[in-house]
Amino acid sequence: MPDGFLDATTSLATAATAVAGVGLSLRGARRELSDFAAPLAGLVAVFVFAAQMLNFPVGAGTSGHLLGGTLAAVLVGPATATLCLTVVLLIQALAFADGGLSAFGTNVTLMALVGVWAGYAVFLLARRVLPRRVASVPVAAAVGAFVSVPAAALTFTGLYAVGGAAPIDLSSLATAMLGWHSLIGLGEAAITFLAVGAITATRPDLVHGARALAGVQDLEIREGVRA
Amino acid sequence: MNRDVSTRKRISTRTLLLWGLAVTLVLAGVVSFYASGHPDGLEFVAEKLGFDSTAAGHAGGDSPVADYGVRGVENSRLSGGLAGLIGVLLVGIVMTGLVALLRRRTPAKRD
Repeated sequence: MPDGFLDATTSLATAATAVAGVGLSLRGARRELSDFAAPLAGLVAVFVFAAQMLNFPVGAGTSGHLLGGTLAAVLVGPATATLCLTVVLLIQALAFADGGLSAFGTNVTLMALVGVWAGYAVFLLARRVLPRRVASVPVAAAVGAFVSVPAAALTFTGLYAVGGAAPIDLSSLATAMLGWHSLIGLGEAAITFLAVGAITATRPDLVHGARALAGVQDLEIREGVRA
Repeated sequence: MNRDVSTRKRISTRTLLLWGLAVTLVLAGVVSFYASGHPDGLEFVAEKLGFDSTAAGHAGGDSPVADYGVRGVENSRLSGGLAGLIGVLLVGIVMTGLVALLRRRTPAKRD
């Protein structure tokens, strides 16, 4: 989101939300990173950055791209995922003039907080419903990813209702945002399924969202012993 | 040994990370050229409903890699690809540094 879509008060409120959310995630990430899966966090961040460059067409002159919040949350845990997305958004805004500076708090709120935590919550629900197998993890991740995109779009609509810069019809905004972002959510789900599926198939023990299903693997894998 | 894992093809963490990095570099450096140039969901809705006019220019618009192109590089394929690789490098450095910082400051608790 560029600067100028939301008024100053709303931007300040989302900035405060972003600071609180990222602050809590810094604490939470320490717990998530205290195992051997930590190197994956750097990879997830650069992958999300690269994937966000890849706009795919969704028809009628529109495109979508991965947000990556759910993908990151399932792979490295939601708090670390919030940090990954925040770093991606920071580099985009500072180096690539992509995403406004006064809109930074809003972008963090939408993608690094709502995109991550809503997607992760739906992932957990879906995983509970699906068979208790590691193979269910990419499917549940795809479901979470699908929901995360319209969830972020709906949050944007809510923020625009509070502090939008232009007087527009809010119900058509909600309809258009939800409609297009549900389509984009399908792309989000497909990419998330493939990425989570690839890592789950080779190293399920490294996948944060698969560990609960992998029993006591955490205690058995001793990667660093030889080194 | 855990049966569930031992029946799968196991690759080392290092191999997995190198493969992931290779895929990422190809996506950012090469595939990004073929990305759709259409406006994304938010831009499209903003145009359609007419609130895109309030978008302000970016304060960082004179960055040497603004808008995913390296300034001074004429070839758009090269310019965009290089910008993508620079972005991967920057994100990688910042995130790895952050992770290292968080891990170093984590007390070595065994719980």
